[in-house]
Amino acid sequence: MNGLLRSFGRIWAVFMKETVQIRRDRLTFAVMFGIPIIQLILFGYAINMNPKHLPAALLVEEQTPIVRTMVHSLRTSDYYDFVMQTDDPRKTGDLLARGEVAFVVSVPAGFTRKLVRGEHPQILIEADATDPSAASGAVAFAQTILTDALRHDLKGPLANLTGGPPPFDLVVHQMYNPEAKTSYNIVPGLLGVILTMTLVMMTAIAMTRESEQGTIENLLAMPVKPIEVMLGKILPYVAVGAGQTVLILLAAQVLFDVPFIGSMWILFLGVSVFVLANLALGFTFSTIARTQMQAMQLTFFFFLPSILLSGFMFPFRGMPEWAQTIGEVLPLTHFLRIVRGVMLKDTSLAQLQSPILALCLFTAVAVSVAMLRYRRTLD
Amino acid sequence: MSGDYAIDVHGLVKRFGSKTAVAGVDIQMPRGEVWGFLGPNGSGKTTTIRMICGLLRVSEGTGQCLGYDIQHDAPRIRELTGYMTQKFSFWTDMTIRENLEFVARLYRLPHLHQTVDETLETLGLTHRQHQLSGALSGGWKQRLALAAVTMHDPKLLLLDEPTAGVDPQARRDFWDEIHHLSLLGMTVLVSTHYMDEAERCDRIVYLAHGEKIIEGRVPDVIDRSGLLTFRGEGEGVRRLADAIKDEPGVEHVAYFGSALHVSGKDRAAIQVALDKHQAQDVSWSEVRTSLEDAFIALSAEAGEDKRVHA
Repeated sequence: MNGLLRSFGRIWAVFMKETVQIRRDRLTFAVMFGIPIIQLILFGYAINMNPKHLPAALLVEEQTPIVRTMVHSLRTSDYYDFVMQTDDPRKTGDLLARGEVAFVVSVPAGFTRKLVRGEHPQILIEADATDPSAASGAVAFAQTILTDALRHDLKGPLANLTGGPPPFDLVVHQMYNPEAKTSYNIVPGLLGVILTMTLVMMTAIAMTRESEQGTIENLLAMPVKPIEVMLGKILPYVAVGAGQTVLILLAAQVLFDVPFIGSMWILFLGVSVFVLANLALGFTFSTIARTQMQAMQLTFFFFLPSILLSGFMFPFRGMPEWAQTIGEVLPLTHFLRIVRGVMLKDTSLAQLQSPILALCLFTAVAVSVAMLRYRRTLD
Repeated sequence: MSGDYAIDVHGLVKRFGSKTAVAGVDIQMPRGEVWGFLGPNGSGKTTTIRMICGLLRVSEGTGQCLGYDIQHDAPRIRELTGYMTQKFSFWTDMTIRENLEFVARLYRLPHLHQTVDETLETLGLTHRQHQLSGALSGGWKQRLALAAVTMHDPKLLLLDEPTAGVDPQARRDFWDEIHHLSLLGMTVLVSTHYMDEAERCDRIVYLAHGEKIIEGRVPDVIDRSGLLTFRGEGEGVRRLADAIKDEPGVEHVAYFGSALHVSGKDRAAIQVALDKHQAQDVSWSEVRTSLEDAFIALSAEAGEDKRVHA
């Protein structure tokens, strides 16, 4: 009995000591209460498994009341946001390849005439199936939406067209991924996720380790410039990133049969810029965090939105505008456009200009912040 | 003028927030000498050394180190200075050789392998060069650190309590090395708590509460304290200490081994005190005042810590 009481006393002592230490570490405190609330709100509102309002282009070669009715029904269905309407096929040419729209809906010339004659003319929906889940909802409901719309217009002499099968033929092309395999979308994305996680984490502890072990004092007393320290510290991880890339691409090929139809060189360029962006960010974290523990926490709280808001797990275009804006800041968002574009769509360098430039800009900002934050003295 | 000085600083002040660590220190240290930097813990020694070698920004004051401005030319000063930190701050997860190679590369020393080989040879660590530096004992760590910070042949060596926690023999060896380096032309500023080490310096600077209390050669510092010291030996001396301490004219009483030192400025007053507390088995004799006695008196004179604390 006495022994048990003494044991409780000691448990109480450790409990009190732990409480004092937890309270003293402000960042950990924020991590436990502040950040979960932010994440709850952020991800709760941003993530949408059944995305609506996806950007689409409309190629209509004739304007008739029936075509207008059909287009109107698609527009009001919430699934399609027509960002462009044209009658010139050349204009919709590479919109899908550049990822600017998720669908191109085409109504050919002579559609109405054939419909009236009961010849079952075709409506074509080309969907960007690099992200099969993004495309599936809109495609699945297209048939119903269009058929319902027509029911009102087909009256009088045309009423006989409404009874049986739909009077038109909806053809869906799942572009770039005809079998709608999820692995085509996930595996290239994983390359970006894995690089983000490992590289940011490894460089995030680069400077905090020196601070924690006291070796920073020695480093600062020696004639080495901040940018030299930074480059020297992140360059070994460029090799790590290269190794990981080779490994994942091999696995994509051998284990998952993911096609690689684009240029290896463009991907190489994209990976290089992406790796540098992550390393620069990790180094920046290590100039902000005071302990290795804090550095790991920062990494973790960068990693979560990277996965959830970049378009890796959930369709990017399916998120609300503000969430997309946050997503645009994340390097992974841009890298996903590059890696999926090159591997699945054979996207050209010119078409990938903006994501590559975005990654360069991100790197430049991260390096600048790191240099501003780098401690040149022990103050 | 500053060409003759290795360190020439005026009115150095360092504040951390509302706390003043160093409150106006002047040092004019000629090249080629070995100076001791003394003072109790928290007196501002480390902070002053760090300001001199550019590791801390100066809050107030100006100065030059080896002819370079300490506020603006820190990179140049780093090239020419060797700074040994109080806490061992080499990489414990790297071997002795890897640490030395890293330092040699940073300073772009020619003949890397040969230089490192020679350094290891001089250190006597050739056979242990592939051990992790973290596995070394305290004394060896300090010798490794000294070797590493002197490899680039600096003009000025700043050593911050290099012998703290090191055994007596290793301390002696370490000081032989310091004098050897001094003969090679290096200027050495070394902070310490050991009086025997202070006595091996050309000059000493004594800090208390962030201010310079006194500076000079060891005998001068003792003379300037104006103290007389009597040494009492014998079985019963311990019983007298408390009583004598409170007598007028006695400034302080301290044990030196089994003997008791009684110091004060007024010879007659001390004699009265000692006569009053006579004991049969205790014999008194006047001795040379030690540096430690002088410092204890100096600290007492310096009085309360006047620096503002948060």
